Amino acid sequence: MREMIDVAIIGSGPAGLSAAIALRKRGLRQVVVLERDSEAGGVPRHCAHPPYGLREFGRIMTGPSYAQRLADDARAIGVQIRLLHSVTQLLPDGVLEIATPNGRQRLQAKRVLIATGVRETPRSARLLSGDRPLGVLNTGALQAYIALQGLIPFRRPVILGSELVSLSAIATCRSHGIRPAAVIETNARPTARFPLTLLPRLLGIPVFLGCAVTAIHGTDRVEAVTLQSTDGGTTRDIACDGVLLTGRFLPEASLIRASHLTLDPATQGPAIDQFGRCSDPRYFAAGNILRAVETAGWSFREGQRIAHCLAADLEGRLPSASASLEIRAGDNLKLVLPQRLTSPSKALGKQTLELRVAQGVTGRLRLRHGDVTLYERPLTALPERRILIPIGALDLANLTGTIVAEILT
Amino acid sequence: MNSHLHSADRQDVAVIGAGVVGCAIARRFALTGARVIVIEKAADILAGASKGNSAILHTGFDAPSGSLEWQCMQAGYAEFLDIRERLGLPLLRSTAILAAWTEDEMSKLDQIAAKAWKNGVTDVRPLSPAEVLAREPHLSRTLLGGLLVPGEFLIDPWSTPLAYLHQAIANGATVLRETEVLSGRFDGQAWTLETNRGAVLAETVINAAGLWGDVVDDRLQVGRTFDIRPRKGQFVVFDKAAARLLSAIILPVPTERTKGIVLTPTIFGNLLVGPTAEEQADRIHATVEQATLEQLIAKAQAILPALADMPVTATYAGLRPATAHSEYQIRHDAAHNLIVAGGIRSTGLTGALGIAQHVAKLYNERHPHKRPESNAIWPTVALPVLAEHEARDWTRPGYGEIVCHCELVTKREIEAALTGPLPAGDSSGLKRRTRAGMGRCQGFYCHARIASLTQGRFTTPLAIGSVDA
Repeated sequence: MREMIDVAIIGSGPAGLSAAIALRKRGLRQVVVLERDSEAGGVPRHCAHPPYGLREFGRIMTGPSYAQRLADDARAIGVQIRLLHSVTQLLPDGVLEIATPNGRQRLQAKRVLIATGVRETPRSARLLSGDRPLGVLNTGALQAYIALQGLIPFRRPVILGSELVSLSAIATCRSHGIRPAAVIETNARPTARFPLTLLPRLLGIPVFLGCAVTAIHGTDRVEAVTLQSTDGGTTRDIACDGVLLTGRFLPEASLIRASHLTLDPATQGPAIDQFGRCSDPRYFAAGNILRAVETAGWSFREGQRIAHCLAADLEGRLPSASASLEIRAGDNLKLVLPQRLTSPSKALGKQTLELRVAQGVTGRLRLRHGDVTLYERPLTALPERRILIPIGALDLANLTGTIVAEILT
Repeated sequence: MNSHLHSADRQDVAVIGAGVVGCAIARRFALTGARVIVIEKAADILAGASKGNSAILHTGFDAPSGSLEWQCMQAGYAEFLDIRERLGLPLLRSTAILAAWTEDEMSKLDQIAAKAWKNGVTDVRPLSPAEVLAREPHLSRTLLGGLLVPGEFLIDPWSTPLAYLHQAIANGATVLRETEVLSGRFDGQAWTLETNRGAVLAETVINAAGLWGDVVDDRLQVGRTFDIRPRKGQFVVFDKAAARLLSAIILPVPTERTKGIVLTPTIFGNLLVGPTAEEQADRIHATVEQATLEQLIAKAQAILPALADMPVTATYAGLRPATAHSEYQIRHDAAHNLIVAGGIRSTGLTGALGIAQHVAKLYNERHPHKRPESNAIWPTVALPVLAEHEARDWTRPGYGEIVCHCELVTKREIEAALTGPLPAGDSSGLKRRTRAGMGRCQGFYCHARIASLTQGRFTTPLAIGSVDA
């Protein structure tokens, strides 16, 4: 026996819950959110600091209260949130395999929205050298230690990375008596924006730019790290009892890798069109599963926007997925999203192309179809920063094939 | 755990070291009715050489013909297949393909096949490139040919010795962890082993101390007959999505110097590449090195080009207790009631049960069995089902919650691993028993939850304090 519902949403973070609320507001009956954790809310649950919610709820909230508010709103409007439900497989025809503490289930949905979010790159995938002692964690794990379990994993870690999340990690440490020994960034400049990057120095934490950790030392626990400047110059050891690996987010796309859906090697998330539609048009995706990494607010709005596309699709009002243009990231670009454009419908779907670079670059951003330039402007770009192109600015009429996005230097 | 020993009782046999070899020896002696005590200095078993290997049950097709290593592999292989179902141990009949990528390698295949026949492994047969690719369509098309070794299988490298030791315990053995042998004295009748937790008395001592085998010989003042020269092997584990790219173990054609890099599925549903072979003096630290890991990844991608887009799940390194000799260093010092099983370099997982048989034979030359083996007790403690091709715990109702989402490890499994006759002694031991935290996120989601579930359990805890404190 298989349950049949209107929409199944995988993940109860900001994108999943905002989509669920929007779908209920559109009058869809059975909107089911499948959450593998024991509480709804996603990553904001363990980000015990502001600012969340300003645009969504008109006030500044901490992560946990924002997550709570989203889950409350969803339940109040009739969204079914099923906790401890782990989707184990995505199958054609909107069929999901699910593990629950009461046994395995199969569920079929007219549409599925994948909103499984992101995680940080762990030590292993960074190929970090050295011993493998206890105390090497990602920010997400540190926050879960403190916010969810009330536990402290180390007292004096070094922090790797200088993305926005690194500053969140510093804030978390400082408010719980953890004194970071250093902030270490491989690039010559911090990734997060000025003046936030002043924070570590204001707190008296040494900052090492243009340096990489070349070895972790420790038998049971971390005892020290070796730093080397990326020009191959000086090395030094820093005593510490932990290594906090921040950022380098990746879409949590393991379900997609194991499924029939097309994965974009550039974003490492599902390939979508501007309506959030995956290669199997019964599947949609929204939020940070699409690209690493955006804010909770962005994910919230993206969830809402894609929910409207999904609802329009169920009403038969979405253009066919078959006639679409492919967009590819060319020179000096790391990724472009969406990966496909389907004969644009201006009112619906994502309104911008999102692009990102892997390294800082200055040049001319160009979109071209064959030899025809569709869009061009000067650009100075840094990693992990938004680059947007309004889709409405592009004349895509009668185009087929592939558009290449590139930065000419 | 650090309580002082009160064991004035004399044991028949003290096994020093709870690696795979020590666990198998303890089992063999306990089965024959001997009073056995196992002494391990680490917080958990399998903390040395046995924690990192390629998890293959080898046929011994390429072992030195007629060697003790070959004999032990043959016997160990057969006994494993005989007992593994009763111990609840998984087996994946993957087969192996010895793949040749150069003319030089091709020219060695006949010789390797001849050696396999000589070694009693008579089902090997050559494969044309088309036959190899029919079996393994994702392999690089640059392959020139191969040799099929049907009997090479995948096993669980950690549940296997754990089950051996469970059976030893079920048959009366005692296991001491966090107990280090500091010195030993033989009085002509029996040994007194001084440890950090007091004295252990035993008639016979078996040194299965792996990476510390020579040091233990020194401490027993019996004169070491070999020096351990640790040989590091680094490994890279790819994401589970990569497992569908390969079903057989891909062995390289060995050179004079090394057995080479293996690309293999694991019983846990990953894909593994390694090991390197790097000599070092340090017996404790097995570091991973970025440049080496990158070389391993490049090597794996050359063999299996579709790995290019596959993320890395884990990296690790193990140390082999190598010596100047390629052969196992097993000796019976009858004058001292001592048996040393050392230098078990890289075939210990396969050879362990055979080594145990051999050691028992040496012992029985002077000691009769105390009871027939047919009275063996089989352990009733159920091992967790960790093999990806079997029904894991999360498929059965009542598991409570999934703690590790990447490896789908349940709270029920974690609780089981923290109880029973041999509960996990540290976080690595918990990983080996459950796989919690061994998946692609490496604890991003579950580290904190595991810290909470294991509070008060480990000498070296995951959390060092609490928020309120």
